[in-house]
Amino acid sequence: MSSLARSALRLPRRVAVPSSLRSIQTSADTTQLSSSPPQGLDDPFQVRIHEDSFQTYNCEKPSLDVTVTKGELLKMYTEMQTMRRMEMAADQLYKAKLIRGFCHLAIGQEAISVGLEHGITPNDRVITGYRCHPFAVLRGGSIAGVLGELLGRQIGMSNGKGGSMHIFTPSFYGGNGIVGAQVPVGAGVAFAQKYKEKDNCTFALYGDGASNQGQVFEAFNMAKLWELPVVFVCENNKYGMGTPAERSSSNTQYFTRGDKIPGLQVNGMDIIASKHAAQYARKWTVDDKKGPLLLEFVTYRYGGHSMSDPGTTYRTREEVQRMRSTQDPIRGLQKYIEEWGLASEQELKQIDKEAKSKIDAAVEEAKASPEPKVDDLWTDIYYKGTEPPFMRGREREEVHYY
Amino acid sequence: MFTSTLRKRIPRILNVRFSSSVEPPPAGGHLPSVATSQLLRSTRDTALRTPDLVWVDEGSSETSESLVGGRETRKMNTYQAVRDAMSVALTKDDDAVVFGEDVAFGGVFRCTMGLAEEFGRERVFNTPLTEQGLVGFGIGLAMMGHTAIAEIQFADYIFPAFDQLVNEAAKIRYRSGGQYNCGKLTVRTPTMSVGHGGLYHSQSPEGFFMGVSGLKVVIPRSPIQAKGLLLASIRDPNPVVFMEPKVLYRSAVEQVPIDDYTLPLSRAEILVPGSDLTLLSWGTPLYHCETALHMLSSPAPTLEPHIPTSLRTAKIELIDLRTILPWDVDTVVESVKRTGRLVVVHEAGMTAGAGAEICAEVQKRCFLKLNAPVRRVTGWDTPAGLQFEKFIMPDAIRVLDAIVETLSY
Repeated sequence: MSSLARSALRLPRRVAVPSSLRSIQTSADTTQLSSSPPQGLDDPFQVRIHEDSFQTYNCEKPSLDVTVTKGELLKMYTEMQTMRRMEMAADQLYKAKLIRGFCHLAIGQEAISVGLEHGITPNDRVITGYRCHPFAVLRGGSIAGVLGELLGRQIGMSNGKGGSMHIFTPSFYGGNGIVGAQVPVGAGVAFAQKYKEKDNCTFALYGDGASNQGQVFEAFNMAKLWELPVVFVCENNKYGMGTPAERSSSNTQYFTRGDKIPGLQVNGMDIIASKHAAQYARKWTVDDKKGPLLLEFVTYRYGGHSMSDPGTTYRTREEVQRMRSTQDPIRGLQKYIEEWGLASEQELKQIDKEAKSKIDAAVEEAKASPEPKVDDLWTDIYYKGTEPPFMRGREREEVHYY
Repeated sequence: MFTSTLRKRIPRILNVRFSSSVEPPPAGGHLPSVATSQLLRSTRDTALRTPDLVWVDEGSSETSESLVGGRETRKMNTYQAVRDAMSVALTKDDDAVVFGEDVAFGGVFRCTMGLAEEFGRERVFNTPLTEQGLVGFGIGLAMMGHTAIAEIQFADYIFPAFDQLVNEAAKIRYRSGGQYNCGKLTVRTPTMSVGHGGLYHSQSPEGFFMGVSGLKVVIPRSPIQAKGLLLASIRDPNPVVFMEPKVLYRSAVEQVPIDDYTLPLSRAEILVPGSDLTLLSWGTPLYHCETALHMLSSPAPTLEPHIPTSLRTAKIELIDLRTILPWDVDTVVESVKRTGRLVVVHEAGMTAGAGAEICAEVQKRCFLKLNAPVRRVTGWDTPAGLQFEKFIMPDAIRVLDAIVETLSY
């Protein structure tokens, strides 16, 4: 042992030292304008992302210069604001006991769902864990469809039979309630894309908590082995349920955990950095055909893990308050828009108002929808026409005969 | 499970059969074994007339009753028939892929021999040793419309993938409101004992899936059955766990039709018609049941004193359940209503095995018709210790004992 220790000492020091000693910063408002502000909605202009917005693992750092348009930024703002309002509406419906069961809200993490959607194409596939509501809407679903699903109504995107965590669209392979289970499923989806020679990829999302599941590593291995067009996306909101990342993971640099899969850590609070990273990942897997990539968005959830978790037993109220007031992704984008002269405070307030009324209308629409028909309890278990002769209920009268 | 009367006899029976001082019987004994089983169809004509067989030809849907002439059969054992089925699936469906641990070079039981060479390594490929990962991967693939044929190397290793099968595969249709499904997923896995498998190569986990609505569980008994049921499973629009009794891979040989055909899922088959007792099983123990029927009707001299003459002419109805979930309640109940007696035989342990569900349903539906309590002959609830496997698994003597007890109740 002692000789081993001595030989270890002789190793060059820099081997063990990460390429960058600086850690990622998660401010939401550090992107700088680098060309003159635009005139029209669709006029492109240059901005420069803060150099500490990315950290890399075996890959090149994305360029810090990004081209955006006023129209795109305003759309992002609208979407982020709408998603937050939707989650807040879900929170209220839950507290009013209209939504029952499990409900995981993504308040604080809007820059990831919206940023990802702006960096990929409609034909790419997305699959995620249980914190899924914004993805479902952005991938072609509707707000009333999501809220209706949470309420367990017919208008819900799974006809009210799934609930939170179980929402799908043709390009969104769902919220998935089992921690980590969606990751190998995403690898399979990506394999089909490769097999059929589609110019698309799959974004398989999971949290920092799920990152320690065995099947996540099984999926990493298969994806790299077969060079699948899949981007593994770790949404690191710093807490796996009620346990801080550093108390659950021996390595909290999640972007380095893919072994031979290169990784990119991203400031997940800056919407422009998030979108840029999604584009980078898509180019990596689809255009450059370099196989899988690991993206880690460093973010923060304001609420608890689920509705039954106040979120303040394992972290201080001050910490949550500090994140809200200094690193909020929506406020960050708002600051860009105002500072770069893209819209006035009044115009943004108008957008906020419209988002609120849109959500209010969706809440009413969802609430007005009836609950699923009792007969629907028996459908979609087996393919129609191949069911067993009967399915049991609690008692004889409830046995359903197909 | 042995009754006290028969337990006393066991040492004598064992003595006679295995003592070296007595002239040894021919290998396999005088009784029918898998090699000589009448349950196997060893001629072209009987093979082509397999009940319920549906030919899958382009543009036709003839049953076995028609178009027998001109069809070919080939002598195959079970692993060759399984391979043949996958070959048909890969030939007819460009989106079909076969994957699992070691399948590219044939698999441990040779079920995928030559498939990689024939269809290419993009379509028949090895996965890492990651059961949970590979089933999840298969679910994703099937959700994209691919025909995904996954292999779990032994049924004993299906437990790491239990979550993916129970929570993802079985529920994806329901929880997406019918938008998504993985009906094109078939998970093949070798099951049941092989005589010396020990703890992790002898289990029969079908009972664990009994309550997993959304999933189908199929167990074939022979080469013809394996090909037809596997093709039906692959094409069934629901995820199917297809368990192949591993001791039958080589020992069961039949003339197997070389054309494409399917056998129906969720339909049991009456192998031997009868009127006095229903004997229900699936997979390997069916052959022990056949042996037991032979022992009952023409017992060896050592057994004669223990089998009342009046019972020797009893007509026992032997049924192969074939699909364990959703199982063919109607055929079983109809049979028990006629015979008034039921004995269920399976290799998995008795407690909460598949037999428990079947017995509960039958006693409810046939209560007034039953002449004896429903009996189960099963493996022990213990783990399958290496040295005790033959002792733990249900064999012909124990099936015979249950038949005699139930008939004379």
